[in-house]
Amino acid sequence: MIFRVFEKKELKNLFEILAAHNKIVGPVEAGRDKHGEPVYAFSEVSDFNALRLGYTATKLPAKRYFLPFQENLSTYTVEDGEWQKSIDYNVSGPLIFFGLHSCDINALNKLDKVLLHSIYPMPYYAAKRKNMFIIGTDCAPQPFCFCRSMSSDTALHGFDMFITDLGTKYFVEILTDTAYNFLKHIRTEEPKEKDHILYMKTVSARNKKFTAQVDTTDLAKILDMEFQSDVWKHWGDICLSCGTCSNVCPTCYCYGVEETVDIDLKGAKKTKMLHSCNLIDFAEVAGGHNFRPERHSRLKYRYYHKHRGFVEAFEESLCVGCGRCGESCLAGINVPEVIASVRGGKSK
Amino acid sequence: MRPELKFVDVISEQQRTQRRKQDLASFEHTHRAVITSVFPLTDMETLYRIQIIDPNERKRFSFIPGQFLMLELPGIGEAPFSISSSPSIHGEVELCIRKAGNLTNFLSKAGRGTIVGVRGPFGTGFPMEDMHGQNILLIAGGLGLVPLRSPIAYVQENRSHFKEVNIMYGTKTPEHLLFTYQYDVWSKDDINLNIIVEKADPSWKGSVGMITEILQDILSGRDNEFYHNTYAIVCGPPVMFKFVCNMLNRFHIPMQKMFVSLERRMHCGMGKCCRCNVGSTYTCLKGPVFDYWTVMNLKEAI
Repeated sequence: MIFRVFEKKELKNLFEILAAHNKIVGPVEAGRDKHGEPVYAFSEVSDFNALRLGYTATKLPAKRYFLPFQENLSTYTVEDGEWQKSIDYNVSGPLIFFGLHSCDINALNKLDKVLLHSIYPMPYYAAKRKNMFIIGTDCAPQPFCFCRSMSSDTALHGFDMFITDLGTKYFVEILTDTAYNFLKHIRTEEPKEKDHILYMKTVSARNKKFTAQVDTTDLAKILDMEFQSDVWKHWGDICLSCGTCSNVCPTCYCYGVEETVDIDLKGAKKTKMLHSCNLIDFAEVAGGHNFRPERHSRLKYRYYHKHRGFVEAFEESLCVGCGRCGESCLAGINVPEVIASVRGGKSK
Repeated sequence: MRPELKFVDVISEQQRTQRRKQDLASFEHTHRAVITSVFPLTDMETLYRIQIIDPNERKRFSFIPGQFLMLELPGIGEAPFSISSSPSIHGEVELCIRKAGNLTNFLSKAGRGTIVGVRGPFGTGFPMEDMHGQNILLIAGGLGLVPLRSPIAYVQENRSHFKEVNIMYGTKTPEHLLFTYQYDVWSKDDINLNIIVEKADPSWKGSVGMITEILQDILSGRDNEFYHNTYAIVCGPPVMFKFVCNMLNRFHIPMQKMFVSLERRMHCGMGKCCRCNVGSTYTCLKGPVFDYWTVMNLKEAI
């Protein structure tokens, strides 16, 4: 890994040089909540002043850029009982992500494992993922962040460059030659020993600010043991089965496929739509049998997939600890409390 | 059984992994296929024979008994179906389909010559070669006979490789029996056929009751030599699995020789959509055929 430092004002130059030739997606202020606090969102941005690099967290992940909530897998032309299929991976061109936090970068790394590096790699995801240039940025831990428990508070790969705010300067980790070449357009310097020390101090000060925690020790095993536990019933009783948790999750990738005939009857579409395992029809089969008819069994399945199944397959959890699901849950269900109750063997 | 480990042949396992599983371009590849025959079996079920149109694709399309494919009518839908025909025929499959939803109802109106889409084959199959030299119990409830018809065809074509072969088949009423026209041929191929219905009609002369009753009759009074050298293939509604597998277990049929085929509603067939997950295992990748040991380790499997 190559490290550089640069003056803060240089970042605007970098943005503008990149924005002149590329589409940039970054955190912006989308509005204010009822307390007057800013609500952040990832959006296409062309003005550096609209970019909010010091953002706390976005309500929604950047998922719509690599796993759109709805996309066509294929389209058909139909004529005289004959049909022809055409496939488009729905990618318009490369995108620069300016300012992703470690949790969201790690979410991509986790998705890569199942969508890119396992059998039957998914071209719709691959086409978008391979066209991403990612600039990571450091974050300020929020009360709901438990990424440190999920080992997602730092990203080791999955980005092109990562900038950390050192006060007057930015410290940058460079992972790809593309990033290295981009940085040639602005003034950077070799970091000195005092920059290293400042970087380490900054990171350790940040790490002290984490409050939420999840004990993941032996979690996969414990989830298996507590499969019949009453705590699931407790959480199931308050869960609304609305699927918001999956909607805001940076790693939820489950989907359903539907086909529709065009209104002129000359074509048809096969559409993929992100789904949620908390929705009632998720595990329903032909004839109406539902393998998970109760709310608690669906909620449990979600924890099972995230914290056990994925661990079994890839030796790591499918949760990055961003805390978005807990923040958005209308019933106030959050991962640290659910896991703690399962470990405690009784509901809170 | 002797506490002896079996040699694992890594080369043959590797050879089974086909290139298409790594290829991005094959993800959404659909074989264009034509319905060549429509054969009504009951009021609700129809047997469709489907042939891949492109001669090269047809030659390359092969499957093992127990695997499924995704059948698509563009604009109407796509769903998984077990392949119900002989694995020795390439590029042509028979699917027995019950009218149960949008796609299958539409399909029941589509006649010979309709062009459909086929993706696959997907999933695991029954390890027929491992069963050589052994007895086989094929246990089906209701529509469960559909995926079993493929291993039955394999047994017929390779009858000398197997010892005693028993089919146990249970349905609600005699009207629900599938593939009745084949029963004579199965018997002539020295396959014992035991049929039981839950509710008889006046013309029914056979047994009445639950499938476990005929299974009990077949398993009782055999020696350990029989139990230890017997494979069982079970397919049917979820409630049947529990009773049948428990009984097989009681008679000490080895768990690794008991195979079940699970039904889930796959949307992709390739381990991506998660709709078929049992616990957190993809039925489309690790199944639909599982040995009973694996099923016991899956939550909510049956």
